[in-house]
Amino acid sequence: MTNAEGTTKKAGKSAVGIFFEEVSRSSLIVPVLAIFSGLLLGGVIVGLSSENVYTMWAVSPIQAIGNGLKAAWESYVTLFSGAFGSPAKMIAAIQGGDGLEIRRAFNPIFESLVKSTPYIFGGLAVALGFRSGLFNIGVEGQIFMGGIFSVWVGYTFTGLPAIIHLPLAFLAGALGGALWGFIPGLLKAKTGGHEVINTIMMNYIAFRLTDWLLREPMKRPGSTNPISPIIEDSARLPQFFQDPIRFHLGFFIALAVAALVYWFLFKTKWGFDLRTVGANPRAARYAGMNIVKSTIVAMSLSGALAGMAGANELLGVNHHLSQTFSPGYGFDSIALALLGRNHPLGVVLSALLFGTLRNGAMRMQAAAGIPIDIISVMQALILAFIAAPAIVRTIYRLKEPKKAEAGVHVRGWGGS
Amino acid sequence: MTPILELDGITKRFPGVLANDRISLSLEEGEIHALLGENGAGKTTLMNILYGLYHPDEGTIRIRGEVAHIRSSSDAIRAGIGMVHQHFMLIPVFTVTENVMLGDETTKFGGILDRESTASRIREISSAYKLEIDPGARVSTLPVGVQQRVEIIKLLYREASILIFDEPTSVLTPQEADQLFGIMRSLAKSGKSIIFITHKLREVLEVADRITVIRQGQVIGTTTPQDADMGKLASMMVGRDVVLEIEKAKARPAEVTLRVKNLKVLSDRNALAVNGVSFELSGGEVLGVAGVQGNGQTELVEALTGLRRPVDGSIELLGTDITHATPRQITELGTAHIPEDRQRDGLVLSYPVTDNLVLNTYYVRPFAARAVLQRDAILDHATELVEAFDIRAPSPLVDVSTLSGGNQQKVIVARELSRPIKLLVAAQPTRGLDVGSIEYIHTRVIEKRDEGVAVLLVSTELDEIMQLSDRIAVMYRGQIVDIVAIEDATKERIGLLMAGIHPGDAGA
Repeated sequence: MTNAEGTTKKAGKSAVGIFFEEVSRSSLIVPVLAIFSGLLLGGVIVGLSSENVYTMWAVSPIQAIGNGLKAAWESYVTLFSGAFGSPAKMIAAIQGGDGLEIRRAFNPIFESLVKSTPYIFGGLAVALGFRSGLFNIGVEGQIFMGGIFSVWVGYTFTGLPAIIHLPLAFLAGALGGALWGFIPGLLKAKTGGHEVINTIMMNYIAFRLTDWLLREPMKRPGSTNPISPIIEDSARLPQFFQDPIRFHLGFFIALAVAALVYWFLFKTKWGFDLRTVGANPRAARYAGMNIVKSTIVAMSLSGALAGMAGANELLGVNHHLSQTFSPGYGFDSIALALLGRNHPLGVVLSALLFGTLRNGAMRMQAAAGIPIDIISVMQALILAFIAAPAIVRTIYRLKEPKKAEAGVHVRGWGGS
Repeated sequence: MTPILELDGITKRFPGVLANDRISLSLEEGEIHALLGENGAGKTTLMNILYGLYHPDEGTIRIRGEVAHIRSSSDAIRAGIGMVHQHFMLIPVFTVTENVMLGDETTKFGGILDRESTASRIREISSAYKLEIDPGARVSTLPVGVQQRVEIIKLLYREASILIFDEPTSVLTPQEADQLFGIMRSLAKSGKSIIFITHKLREVLEVADRITVIRQGQVIGTTTPQDADMGKLASMMVGRDVVLEIEKAKARPAEVTLRVKNLKVLSDRNALAVNGVSFELSGGEVLGVAGVQGNGQTELVEALTGLRRPVDGSIELLGTDITHATPRQITELGTAHIPEDRQRDGLVLSYPVTDNLVLNTYYVRPFAARAVLQRDAILDHATELVEAFDIRAPSPLVDVSTLSGGNQQKVIVARELSRPIKLLVAAQPTRGLDVGSIEYIHTRVIEKRDEGVAVLLVSTELDEIMQLSDRIAVMYRGQIVDIVAIEDATKERIGLLMAGIHPGDAGA
């Protein structure tokens, strides 16, 4: 009887309504709407920060609002053509047949992938931590450690074949990051020292260590700037095209590592250990799992993934270490891991979004004079919507999920 | 006379569930009206409607003959309805007075809290109903039974005339429950009307004036303790005849499985929670550990299962010393553990039923080959156990959090009893479960005993201990006061031992 009532109720709704209801129950809808809302509000902010709006306001408020909308629209057009390239230019370049012009026309979309790559590694690092019940805020520091280790291997060893040198340098980066994750992991497991505090501290140590290394032992001979020597060709991640396209092997390594992390977390007994400790440490102990080991392993692996982000940037793009090679990849990674619901596939998708936005914004800054910081504002807005799914559900009148699946996978400050 | 409260045709639908189906109920002034039903029968939904937390889809509520629209809990309080929740709504660091004032503070000089006038009012109420409460006491220092009385005082202070008690005895010792019933009777005598929500048959027969049984959202019938007995109420509740007494043959104890000598275990607060406990447990017998909650049973179980390190003494399982063994080593030696708090310790709520069923065996064949989980084997295993243990789940792939409490417990029981085991440590295996699930779990435990498994049953429910045990060890303040064979055990004798009184001492 209950069933019959349910069916009639459903039949009363339009097909679109049912479709929307089905979609709204899936876990994808909140992130998508959060991105949409973030872009929308970001546009409002661009409009409001446009000078034309205020100079026009005294003359005609309607005209002023029109100016604001126009400013927002134009900046989004530059943003997206900056991120994906302009179709007209692509066609013209292909017709022209000049190799360099073609590469230039297609460069934006490849550059977006280049920008996305460190985000994939960083997001995986944060997601693996979250899944294991650990909040790794130290990704940025681990990226620097990965950079230091990989660059050192990259310029110190000479005469090695690329087939040996490149993997060695890349894995050295992973090792550097792993070390920087291992220490707070050990402190957490053995003394209960909270990983949030300790990874933040480890960040500062990594930054200052980088400063010192670049002034003293790792300084490029003959340079007045604090930068390291350039790595050997044999340690470079191969690029697939000629200048100006910087698209390199790192992107595919990142995708492979994402698949590996997925396999590890969801298909192996080790991943089962980590996820169980993350989901319910008391039940994990009851089930005979070793929480100390799991915590240390999770933090080390998370650090290793972060270290790969550093190695990827330096072996693939920069080819030397400097103090500014990461524009905060590690911190953005926390946001994008949450956006991707701490799932490797979600992380890859949100990393692509973040990389694309960042690349588009750089070109928007150059072309339209809109500061790149607008991207940070948008990212913050998207994140705020993700962190508070209730807001999105209220705005778009979505139904509550059946259980608290939308929650953040991390334990509170008091609980551990 | 008009009933003080009438519910007429209350219907409440949730997506896919008809939680309340045209429920009608009347409450007379000065009456204790029990609402009896299994977990999930719709009792709590009905009371939440009455308390303004849900809105009924159909039906009306009348208070003293007048239609009442209760849209929020403050409407309910204004209408004189008060609720003692299963989980107390008290702030532990506040005093009784402060908790009672909360939300309705009396002030003087336009803003200074007037604790004294509230405190004196509490004293009046307390003496009128023999609640024996000190208004100055800090709530965190009070025993659970007294905290519950603070909740009652809060309602009386707000002059509620209709009191709803939601499963009030689930947190109480038998003695505290008896005290509560005394208080409920004196409240009713002075004209308060009480709705008493429970699934415990004995309590209903003891304290209620009328009993309404609810099953699957519908009223099955209303009766009185004079016209009903446990068997009749149980079959009304469950919808079929229920075996309340487990039939079991006499135990045939084999060799000693578990040998505990002079065991000492610290609590979280570093107090000696288990203080020199020794006993032996043989295969094929059930040793019940009785005692009021908090006398060291939890720590004893944790020490036996490797979750807590003993500071002294020894534990031997089938000749192997496991005093300092890890939980996994102890599990692998053939120990099954049904933990006291199933949601906190026994399950990962965000995992599907499949994964919870292999929570402590996921790493061995056939569930893992080398390091890779074998999803097919895990699913087959779950499908088999869901069937064999009658776990009511739409699919083994749904998260265990979506199951009812009884079915969650069945997941644990299935996981623990489906392995080849030598020792079963069951802590509060039926706490909070409905009659049907209790019957089921009891039968399974006795089955294991008859297969030769040594069973250690820790329970604060004396009925359960008396029914299942072959010997009863009574714990009091970290020690075993006495171990009594079931033939010599009477409720009175065990009750005295639980209070730390040795009958032998009194005679001597």
